[in-house]
Amino acid sequence: MKLHGIKVPHKKNTADCAPVRLSVPETVRIPMSMHIGKPAKAVVKRGDTVKVGQLIGEADGFISAPVHSSVSGTVAKVEEMTISNGAKVKCVVINTDGEQAVFEGVKPPEVHDLDSFTEAVRKSGAVGLGGAGFPTFVKLSVKDLSKLDAVVINAAECEPYITSDTRTMLDKSGDILNGIEAIKKYLQPNRFIIGIEKNKPEAIKKMQELSAQTDGVEVKVLPSSYPQGGEKVLVFNTLGRIIPKGGLPLDVGVIVINVTTLAFIGSYLKTGMPLVNKCVTVDGSAVKEPKNVIAPIGMTIADLLEQSGGTKSEAAKVLYGGPMMGLAVPSLDSPILKNTNAVTVMDIKEATPPKTTPCIRCGACLNHCPLRLDPREISRAYKLGSVEDLQTLHVDLCMECGCCSYICPAHRPLVQTNKLAKVLLRASQAKKEGK
Amino acid sequence: MNKLISSVSPHFHTARTSQKIMLDVIIALCPAAIASVIIFGWRAMLVIGVCVLTCVLSEYLFEKLCKRENTISDLSAVVTGILLAFNLPVTIPVWQAVIGSVAAIIVVKQLFGGIGQNFANPAITARIIMLVAFSGTMTQWVAPSGFFTDVDAVASATPLMAESKGAAMPSYLDLFLGNHAGSLGETCALELILGGIYLLVRRVISWHTPVAFLGTVAVMSLVCGKDVLGQLLSGGLMLAAFFMATDYATTPSTKWGKIIFGVGCGLITILIRFWGNYPEGVSYSILIMNILTPYISKLTRPKPLIGGGKQ
Repeated sequence: MKLHGIKVPHKKNTADCAPVRLSVPETVRIPMSMHIGKPAKAVVKRGDTVKVGQLIGEADGFISAPVHSSVSGTVAKVEEMTISNGAKVKCVVINTDGEQAVFEGVKPPEVHDLDSFTEAVRKSGAVGLGGAGFPTFVKLSVKDLSKLDAVVINAAECEPYITSDTRTMLDKSGDILNGIEAIKKYLQPNRFIIGIEKNKPEAIKKMQELSAQTDGVEVKVLPSSYPQGGEKVLVFNTLGRIIPKGGLPLDVGVIVINVTTLAFIGSYLKTGMPLVNKCVTVDGSAVKEPKNVIAPIGMTIADLLEQSGGTKSEAAKVLYGGPMMGLAVPSLDSPILKNTNAVTVMDIKEATPPKTTPCIRCGACLNHCPLRLDPREISRAYKLGSVEDLQTLHVDLCMECGCCSYICPAHRPLVQTNKLAKVLLRASQAKKEGK
Repeated sequence: MNKLISSVSPHFHTARTSQKIMLDVIIALCPAAIASVIIFGWRAMLVIGVCVLTCVLSEYLFEKLCKRENTISDLSAVVTGILLAFNLPVTIPVWQAVIGSVAAIIVVKQLFGGIGQNFANPAITARIIMLVAFSGTMTQWVAPSGFFTDVDAVASATPLMAESKGAAMPSYLDLFLGNHAGSLGETCALELILGGIYLLVRRVISWHTPVAFLGTVAVMSLVCGKDVLGQLLSGGLMLAAFFMATDYATTPSTKWGKIIFGVGCGLITILIRFWGNYPEGVSYSILIMNILTPYISKLTRPKPLIGGGKQ
């Protein structure tokens, strides 16, 4: 069996651009929610001085993550801001002093067993850096280690434009190795598989060198087909296992971890510096000089663009991430987040969606859905408000990769309808359970 | 500061459009259209022109009347017009061609909701309507008149009519080049196959339907001891297998659905050709399979990858 996917333009213009470190902006805005789960609680107030790596937001509850200052300076205010999904979250605004003095408490964590390892990962502020932003330590908190067979390292990087994972592999293979060794020691999986799309030959070579240095690590070269880096797709294409609907990779004995997340853990164990900087690919039709940059978390996109060469035409749409699953930001004041791996700036031509025309029932959507859903029927069922049909069509399986909307010659909003249908189904199920 | 566009992902889209797909179909039909003029003379062009014009005009007027969004720019009405013309004898009176075209677009397509909503192939269904309504002129076949001669040519039998009466079929070469009596666009197998290959290369259609359809006819002809090549090259089979049985709206979308559809078409065609009252059964086979399409689609719907265990 082969999973469907789509060929998207690669546009990996920046694969050869080693990241450039940007200088510290005058102010940074660090939101307390850059992860899936409960927002962190701000532990600093106006007037406090902070240093690089200092805790400014405390994890609140199990599925949450702490937030650290990426700069040294003074807290200007703690205010509410609207993030790209429309929610309002607390955000710490810091006026920088340019010193970038490192917080005294930053030192390598003491790790000797699984509990102290996951605790260290929790304290590092690590979240899924591939884009999802799921707190990493939750993933690593495996109750029954005998269930864990393999760790799949997600280095597919199937989105157009983005090359920050490629850069991690080329520039930080030592950190990746360090992360692998730690997981090997404390979680004892049988094997590691690094899954990379075949359009990154240099990264593949580098990872093959790495796998020669240690036992139990194999490199799996995957076809360049979007969404190769989707968790369900990656686990199927590396191990042939199907993650059950509503389940986790661990249900089939797997942990999936993004390669940049892993490299960050490797570096944190060595230095103790929490997640405060991000390698970000800056590209898109409106960008003058596509490149990779290292930016402090909380730097606004406006500052980032200014420092990285600016735009050659007016920015019409700006995305966190790439064009397939990226989130459109409401304004250029939006900050770089922990899980921002790219900033895609589109000019008006690239940003204007094509006109929607009636469905011609060509079947491209259902013949390209990696999870074998039928977006056409889901749209019909959603229009009719038929919750039963949505259930039998398994719309809740949809990972919102957007293949259907991409491939539709009538440019119908298929994945968009899937998202609405999922909300409808969830609401009706919640109502049923409430009764 | 300028206002940014906010929209839900994906932010990239294929460059393909419904219009480009229909344009590909039109391009694929061109060789056969040229062949029809060479074989049957200039009147073939007239019939094609009348059908296309009437189809587009009736779609435009009907949508105007119903205050629906205008869809003639998607070119699907042009495709219907050409396909209907291909299914008519070159001698068809213009007013009958007009009625057929109006029926195809308004009755079969628009009354069911327009593009993508009709359950039956407009061109095929209109041809069947005309066959019943104008049975005289619809079965009046003439021998190829040649490029520069007038159409007042000699009446002639189609290869399948000849065969059903026990007479000899034209040579394979004549069948392949279309040098025999028949509907104006169905005779030249060579150009139809060329068009079909173009559609396959452009990924407008997949191989499943034509292979299943033609394969079934070939195998059944062999089993029934008939002339396999003769059966494949005569009647409307090539036109149907590549251009009508592959219509998106009225046929299944999945791989297995297409195979079942093609096999079904092949079987019904053979049943009618060998044992039915009509010499040709391609149109009916597609119409019947069109009706079965929702059931085939349901039967062959892909199974979502839900995995084992939790549901």
